[in-house]
Amino acid sequence: MKSKLSTAVCVIMATAVLLGTSASAADSKIVIDGSTTVGPIAKAFAEYYMSQHPECNITVSESGSGNGAKSLINGVCDVADMSRFMKDKEFKAAVEGGIMPVAHVVAMDGLPIIVHPSNPVRNLTVEQVHDIYAGKITNWNQVGGPDKKIVKISRDTNSGTYETFYKLVMKKDKISGDTEYVGSNGAVRQRVQTTPAAIGYAGLGFVDRTVKALTVNAVQPSRQTVSSGLYPIARPLYMFTNGYPKLGTPLHAFVTLHLTREGQEIIESIGYVPVTNYRTDATSRIPE
Amino acid sequence: MLNKRASRLRRLVALGGHGVLLTITASSALAVLFIFYFIARDAFPFFQLRGFQEFFLGIEWYPSADNPSFGALPIFVGTGLVTLGAAAVAVPLGVAAAICLSDILPFGVRQFVKPVIEMLAAIPSVAFGFFALVVFAPLMQEHGGRILMITWWCIALPPAGIAVFIAAEVMASRLFNENSQNLGRTICAATLGGVAVTALVFVGLRFNAMEVSSGTNALNVAIILGFMALPTIISVSEDSLQAVGRELREGAYALGATRAETLLRVVIPAALSGLCAAVILGIMRAIGETMVVWMASGNASQIPSPWFNLLEPVRTLTATIAGDMGEADHVTGSARYHVLFAMALALLTIAFICNLVSERVIAKSVKMQRG
Repeated sequence: MKSKLSTAVCVIMATAVLLGTSASAADSKIVIDGSTTVGPIAKAFAEYYMSQHPECNITVSESGSGNGAKSLINGVCDVADMSRFMKDKEFKAAVEGGIMPVAHVVAMDGLPIIVHPSNPVRNLTVEQVHDIYAGKITNWNQVGGPDKKIVKISRDTNSGTYETFYKLVMKKDKISGDTEYVGSNGAVRQRVQTTPAAIGYAGLGFVDRTVKALTVNAVQPSRQTVSSGLYPIARPLYMFTNGYPKLGTPLHAFVTLHLTREGQEIIESIGYVPVTNYRTDATSRIPE
Repeated sequence: MLNKRASRLRRLVALGGHGVLLTITASSALAVLFIFYFIARDAFPFFQLRGFQEFFLGIEWYPSADNPSFGALPIFVGTGLVTLGAAAVAVPLGVAAAICLSDILPFGVRQFVKPVIEMLAAIPSVAFGFFALVVFAPLMQEHGGRILMITWWCIALPPAGIAVFIAAEVMASRLFNENSQNLGRTICAATLGGVAVTALVFVGLRFNAMEVSSGTNALNVAIILGFMALPTIISVSEDSLQAVGRELREGAYALGATRAETLLRVVIPAALSGLCAAVILGIMRAIGETMVVWMASGNASQIPSPWFNLLEPVRTLTATIAGDMGEADHVTGSARYHVLFAMALALLTIAFICNLVSERVIAKSVKMQRG
C-alpha cells in the first residue's frame, strides 16, 4: 500500500518536473492579433515557422486592425497585424504605455478592378470607379462603353478586401444601395465572368483570363506596379511589434520571414505581392 | 405484504418514468424559450441604442460605415418580395401536384412519384444556391427576356381565353336578339379574342425586349426557393387530401358528380384548411432559407423600383444575419452586433405567428373532418 502511494507521488512529481521543463521550452510563444487581411499571411507564416521549429508556439487571431493595435498597446500580443498604419491616437497611447510600435511591411496588397472580357472599356480613373460605386455613374456609356446598366459587385463588408476598397477608392463615401455583395473573392470573379455588364474588385491572386482587369489611371495592375506604388488601389500590409525584436529570437525570425525566399513564396501563394524579388516559378500566377 | 411492496415499487417506477419523459419533453420546449430569451436579450440593447424608427422605417443600411445607419426597411421588403415570389411559384404548382398525386394519378405511379418529390427536400440548400449562382443566373442574363415572355404566355393565355369566352357570351346576350345569338357570339369572340391576342403579344414583346442586367436577383431566388418549398407543400397538401377519405368521394360519385365536380366541389373544400396549413409551412421554409439567398439574391440593400420589380437584386434578413455575423464585434457590444439579433427576433416573431396560424388552421381542419 505504502509503496503504491510513493510510486504515485513519484509519478506526480515527475510529471510536474516534465511539465515545468516543457513550459520553459515553450517559452518561445508568439501571440498575433489583428487584421483579417494580413491574417492569412500570419497564419501561413506561423504554420511554416512551427513546422521548422516545433518547440515554438504561435497563435494567430483575426479581430481587425483596430483590435490588433489595441492588443499591442495593452501588451496582450507580440505582433499586431494591420492593413493600415497606426493612427495618431494609437501611437500616442502606445508610447505613453511604454510600447514603441515598429512597423514591418510584410507584403503589398493591390485590388484590380475587373469587368467581363467582352466589355470594351479598358481604363477607368479612380474617380470614375468611385462614382460608379457611389451610384453617380450608372451606365457603361457614361465611361465609353455600351449602353448597359452597370452591375456593381462588391465583397461583403466583413472582408479586408472591402475595407481596402472602401478606404482607397470610396474615400469612405457610401457605396450605393443597389450594389451586390458576395461572400468571397472567388465569387466576385464568378459573378463578373458570367455577367456582361458587371464590374467588381478582387485580390490580385484571383484575377485570371476569364475576367478583364482594367487599367486604373492608365496603370495595369501587376506585381511590379503594385510594389512600386504606381497602381493607385494598393497598400502595404504591416506587422507591428513593440520595438525592434531582439536579434536571433523566434519573434525576430518571424517578422523577417517575409524577406526570405520561402516567405516570398508563401506570400505569392496566397495572392499578395511580396516586397522581395527572388526569382520563382510562382510569378506566373500573377497577370502581367 | 409482499404484494403491497411490489405495488409501491411499481408506482415509484412509473413516477420515475413519467418524470424522465416530462423532463425530455420540457427540455425541447425550454430550448425554444431559451432561444427566444437569448435572442431577445441581445436584441433589446439595439433598440435602446438606436430606437425603433430607424430600424423599421430607415432605408439606409450601412452598418460598417464610420457613421453607421441601420435602416432595415429594404431588408424587410427584400424578404417579403422573395417570399411572395416563392409562394407564387410554389403554391399553384404544389397544390396542383398534390391534387394530381392524390386523386388523378394511378396508385402505382404515385408510389413512384412521391418519393422522387420528397427527394427534392433532401438536396442541401447550398447545392440549390450553387445551381442558382452558377447555372441559373447566367441563363437569366442571357435569355432573360425570352424566359419572361414564355412565362407570360403560359400564365396569361388560359385565363385570357376563359375571360374572352365569358365576355363574348355576356356581350352577345346584351347586343343581339335571340335569333342571331350564335352569329353574334362568334363575332364578339373573334373581336375580343383579336384584342386580347394583340394585348398579349404587345406585353409579351415588351417582356421579350426586357434585359436582365443581373441574374442574381429576387426572381432567381424566388424561383429556387419556390422549388425548395415544393416538397413541404406537396406532402402536407397530399396528406390533407388523403384525409378527406373515400366515403366523401364515393358519396359524391353516387350522387352523379363527375370527377372534376367531386374534386372541385367536395374534396378541395373539405381539405381547404389542410391546404392552407401546407401553404403556410411552405412559406415559412422560404422565409427561413439562408444559403440560397446569401449566394444568389445579390444582397443589395435597396428597395427595388418599382417595389415589385423582381429583376433587381435584394437582401433578406437571413442573408444579412449570416453575412454580417463575422465582423460584428460582440466584445464591445456595438449596435452593429445587436442589430443582427434584432433581425433574428423579427424573423422569429414572423415564424412564430405563421406557426400559430397554421396550428389554428390545422386544428380547425381536424375538427371539420370529424364533423
